[in-house]
Amino acid sequence: MRILGYRLPMPAALLLWGALWEIAGRLELVPILPPLSDVLIAMGQLVHTGQFWAGARTTLASFATGMGLAIAIGIPLGMLMGRIAMADRLLGMWVNLFASAPLTALVPVLMILFGLGSTTVVVTVTLFAVWIIALDTAAGMKHVNPSLLEMVRSFGASRWVIYGRILPLAALPEILAGIRLGLIRGVKGVVIGQLLVSIVGFGELFELYSRNFLMPEFWALTLFIFAFALVASEAIGWIEHRIEAYASSRS
Amino acid sequence: MTQRLARPPRLTLAATTDAPNIVEVRRISKSYGNQIEALRDVSLAFPRGRLTTLLGPSGCGKTTLLKIIAGLIPADAGDVYVNGRVVTGPGPERAFVFQDFALLPWANVLRNVAFGLELRGMAKDEREALAAKYIRDVGLAGFEKRYPHELSGGMKQRVGLARALAVNADVILMDEPFSAVDEQTRRKFQEDLLQLLAVERKTVIFVTHSIEEAAYLSDQIVLLTRRPGTVAKVLEPRIDRSHGPEAVRRDPAYLDAVEEIWAMLKQYLA
Repeated sequence: MRILGYRLPMPAALLLWGALWEIAGRLELVPILPPLSDVLIAMGQLVHTGQFWAGARTTLASFATGMGLAIAIGIPLGMLMGRIAMADRLLGMWVNLFASAPLTALVPVLMILFGLGSTTVVVTVTLFAVWIIALDTAAGMKHVNPSLLEMVRSFGASRWVIYGRILPLAALPEILAGIRLGLIRGVKGVVIGQLLVSIVGFGELFELYSRNFLMPEFWALTLFIFAFALVASEAIGWIEHRIEAYASSRS
Repeated sequence: MTQRLARPPRLTLAATTDAPNIVEVRRISKSYGNQIEALRDVSLAFPRGRLTTLLGPSGCGKTTLLKIIAGLIPADAGDVYVNGRVVTGPGPERAFVFQDFALLPWANVLRNVAFGLELRGMAKDEREALAAKYIRDVGLAGFEKRYPHELSGGMKQRVGLARALAVNADVILMDEPFSAVDEQTRRKFQEDLLQLLAVERKTVIFVTHSIEEAAYLSDQIVLLTRRPGTVAKVLEPRIDRSHGPEAVRRDPAYLDAVEEIWAMLKQYLA
């Protein structure tokens, strides 16, 4: 960003928006928007409560399990679609559909199936994240250099080695991109899942704060989740960046 | 010899009269779909310890033939024999060098060269020691820890060659290995290849579209016709290589071979 000829780094832009938020909050334009300073104070207080940490643990556990499942299902599913034309024809339509469908509508059905607990949240995370991972993995499979596979075969590699080691590594850039996008969707999944179930993790806290109109606390929690999503996706982005050199030299 | 007896009877005569041919291609045909007939009834013999080039107009099926010998693609008809055995797929007695190098982008030079040995289950220390030797032999000492994207095209192909040598295959199949490198690198590489082969005593089957390259490197040159590829002619230029790589390019036999190949290939250029 440039202001009056000066290049401003990202944090400066954040400061500007933060200042705007503070002013809007102090003017009491809308009742749901407290000043940023109040929210920051609430964030400071929140991390000293056991309630927050208990919620964070539950939420993180659901998120990690759901993401683990999404990766464990999404990568093989994508490999199948990317390597076998028949599988692509059979599954491609559904995976594409689910990747773009408003899956929130399915969460109440999941609650009936899996009960009002963490299981539903885990399944929601998986359901949100798995499709994009499968799609990106399938795209990665199609980008694998055919002569790399011929090379591996010419040295006598078994199918097991090809599918277990060579293909996943050869398509790693696309797989990581899929995981990064899946991660962001997974955060959505964990929040939506917990909000709808509303008795576990952060969902319980959100329910508590909004019902009692504790807006600073509500926003504090929201900012924590935003920050987590940002950090997690940046972490994957960092790995992606590290393998960029090899990704660009593949063809 | 017992394997030879197992061959079809009509071939026993050919097999018993001096049998120095390590690879034999018998009546190979190959089509892609219904439209493209790549090879028609190709029969060839590749003498042990010699370098044979497959040369022909582009699209004559020379790479297809090489990949059929490698066992990477199946033929529609005919058989390939290596050491008297029918080829049904890739085997440890054959190693392939790829036109686009086909290195593992996530592995360094040492691991790439050791890759064939790794697949065979050789212990890490052992295979890395072997790989290091072949990296030195192809002139890449000091680059063991580099990654493919840090290397030039010529260096990548040296890695590809070292990888093929490391598995100690009898036959090395090279698919236009120098076509992706610049002219100067290519010349140096050709000279180095001849020196290496003098030590390693391998049989090489080499696909190229360069007449000079074929004449310079080959003990035997197979000229293929335009699609569908059939054998037009087999040349054996008797080039004296005892005076070093530089002298070869001035050898009358080399110049004659270049002329003869050109006269033959010219007719396919419309």
